[in-house]
Amino acid sequence: MAEEHSHDDEQSDLGPMDLRVRALETVLTQKGYVDPAALDALIDTYQTKIGPRNGARVVARAWVDPAFRQWLLADATAAIASLGYSGRQGEHMVAVENTPSRHNLVVCTLCSCYPWPVLGLPPTWYKSAPYRSRVVKDPRGVLAEFGVQLPESTAIRVWDSTAEVRYLVIPQRPAGTEGWSEEQLAELVTRDSMIGTGLARTPEAA
Amino acid sequence: MNYTTHADLGGRDMPGAIVPEPEGEPFHATWEAHALALTLAMGGTGSWNIDISRSARETLPNYAQLSYYQIWLAALEKLMAERSQVLPDEVAAGRLLHPPQPVKRVLHATDVPAALAKGSATARPATAPARFTVGQRVRTRTGHVDHHTRLPGYAQGKVGTVEHLHGMHVFADAHAQGLGEQPQWLYTVFFDGQTLWGAGADARLNVSVDAWESYLEPAA
Repeated sequence: MAEEHSHDDEQSDLGPMDLRVRALETVLTQKGYVDPAALDALIDTYQTKIGPRNGARVVARAWVDPAFRQWLLADATAAIASLGYSGRQGEHMVAVENTPSRHNLVVCTLCSCYPWPVLGLPPTWYKSAPYRSRVVKDPRGVLAEFGVQLPESTAIRVWDSTAEVRYLVIPQRPAGTEGWSEEQLAELVTRDSMIGTGLARTPEAA
Repeated sequence: MNYTTHADLGGRDMPGAIVPEPEGEPFHATWEAHALALTLAMGGTGSWNIDISRSARETLPNYAQLSYYQIWLAALEKLMAERSQVLPDEVAAGRLLHPPQPVKRVLHATDVPAALAKGSATARPATAPARFTVGQRVRTRTGHVDHHTRLPGYAQGKVGTVEHLHGMHVFADAHAQGLGEQPQWLYTVFFDGQTLWGAGADARLNVSVDAWESYLEPAA
């Protein structure tokens, strides 16, 4: 094990961290503060139940159903809850729509606020100092790191999630998807496209 | 008191690559999953609120050296030690050495789905009229405040435009200090990129923050 860890540049402390968390979990359980079965349920929820496929379903619905799109733009919390997604770190949702003239990007420069019910837990880069520090100042440069280049004429809005409002980007629907089902469309909606660091996949790329 | 946050990073050009990551990998080590679960479960005991928890993380002296879940763990240990719930010698020993402190409640497995689906809404009924209206020009507060706050440094002392009223929300500054909810009107305020970053900035960039009413003054 020790040899494996030495190859892990970012996580050379994996062993000690595992021991420390295990120790903490033992103490908290012995003290009766936590229920081990609840810990398992929490982990399982964010590993298998709550993730970006939820958000993809919201976006696909908005693409095919104009009334739902209107509702989502007017009251995202209620529209998203109607599909069964609500609660922790998504109590107050706002949906923002990308258009040919405006692209939206989401960040939390102060910590790592993120819309958990629709996107799950944030990726490492979203929580990292480089992303949090740079995206409010040089979003086009950050987009380039994701391989995304927008026309110069496209305005950019960066939403800094500084309170308890959480933002979901509705990416543009790719061309050539007329007549596609909601399920097919949801496959084109990536996590990054709902943060604004990516675009929805094209039918050719899917 | 001399309150220092190490987490206010916006506009600071922190070095390092932004490394894209595939979906479906919420944890990169087993201990990260357990750090998340322990933090959520201890939050569920009602021993502190989310703003106290954020404040504990953001003031860690070695914040910049720690990974995300290391920050969570260090803050969790700090919050519990402050309340004598778990002391450092117990973490080192890996077993209970001191009697437990009473907690308000314990999150049980059967309650997890409902607790997560409910969350903790921060909107509160309006008890006062909003001071600002959509489209109004406002100037943000300037200068250091000696407590947890949610106005990023890059957006201090800047003139922006009110875009949206979110109703009254629990005021994070007060809540983090254990002073109760003290709800205030919450606004989305946007700024031109050039207002924030100077004449050389992208002319087609706007940045918005969500700002509580006391962060704002009318701009002339």
